Amino acid sequence: MCTYTTIKDVIDGSAKGAGGEWFHVSDITVYFDHPVHAMAEHTLNIDFTDPSRGPSARVAVELTADSAVRLVEAIQAALAAVPVEMRV
Amino acid sequence: MTAESAPTPAGFPDTSPGSLFATTTAIAGHEGDEIEAYLARPAGSRSRGGVVVIHHMPGYDRETKEMVRHFAELGYDAICPNLYSREAPGASPDDAAAVARANGGVPDDRLVGDVAGAAAYLRSLPYANGKVGVIGHCSGGRQSVLAACRLDDIDAAVDCYGAFVVGEVPPGLNLKVTNLLPDLPNLSAPLLGLFGDQDQHPSPEQVAELGRLLTEHGKDFEFHTYEGAGHGFFAPNRPAYNVPAANDGWARIAAFYGKHLAAEG
Repeated sequence: MCTYTTIKDVIDGSAKGAGGEWFHVSDITVYFDHPVHAMAEHTLNIDFTDPSRGPSARVAVELTADSAVRLVEAIQAALAAVPVEMRV
Repeated sequence: MTAESAPTPAGFPDTSPGSLFATTTAIAGHEGDEIEAYLARPAGSRSRGGVVVIHHMPGYDRETKEMVRHFAELGYDAICPNLYSREAPGASPDDAAAVARANGGVPDDRLVGDVAGAAAYLRSLPYANGKVGVIGHCSGGRQSVLAACRLDDIDAAVDCYGAFVVGEVPPGLNLKVTNLLPDLPNLSAPLLGLFGDQDQHPSPEQVAELGRLLTEHGKDFEFHTYEGAGHGFFAPNRPAYNVPAANDGWARIAAFYGKHLAAEG
């Protein structure tokens, strides 16, 4: 199905997009829905974007649910491994 | 020889049986907005009906355009409006879909206006017989039913596994979607519904519920549910593609439109 579920937030960072150019990303959209490319019926999809630069300023990932959980755990482990004062 | 210097083929455009042409064009959508659309037409001067193809949420993509050409091959003028023309003109389909999703999706009123514009465009074409059907898959399935409820000049509607025609929409989706229970009494066209028994959105129970409601409202409908088929069984580029279901589904669509989009008389 199209789950329609969509979660948005603002972020501050950079991503490397199509054409190999880095760009600042200001927004994320997270949803569990049909992928464009991944061979699964549904995937956890994340769009890293800068809406001010137009629709193509987007880095997209499509992860199986299990992969998405692993990613979350890996991010949390990486952040937990460094002193809080380094997170600036 | 370059393309520019190539001679025009004799008799172009080819009007021999089976020929068709496809092009990107612009039509007037909701509130007269100019929107992009993909048009395919059979060659020749035979009278024909029209089909509005509503693309799925992932966008105005290659596979949807393939369906538009399929309908032209079946003998119909077919058109798919780019529902994301406003948010992301000229963007790749997946980027445009991402922008539309981030903006909350396509509002129902705008969808209906765009389908109305596409239907009017089809009726304005040479050799049009005035009959127009709509079809959509997934989110487009719901929108096909929506258009056939809100517009009074649709002659046949096809819903391929549209979720949230009935059933409760979970809170907090951040997209503009509701079920169509208030609209169903206004369904103005015969409805063909094609579903998979492994699909949970819509589930077999929701399909049965929709059938019960349409019967209650005295509507003309025909549902087929395919054993072993899940959501998206028509999509040849996705893992859910189901050959027997898709083949039979296309045959059902051809028969349904053959019955309802033929010229009167």
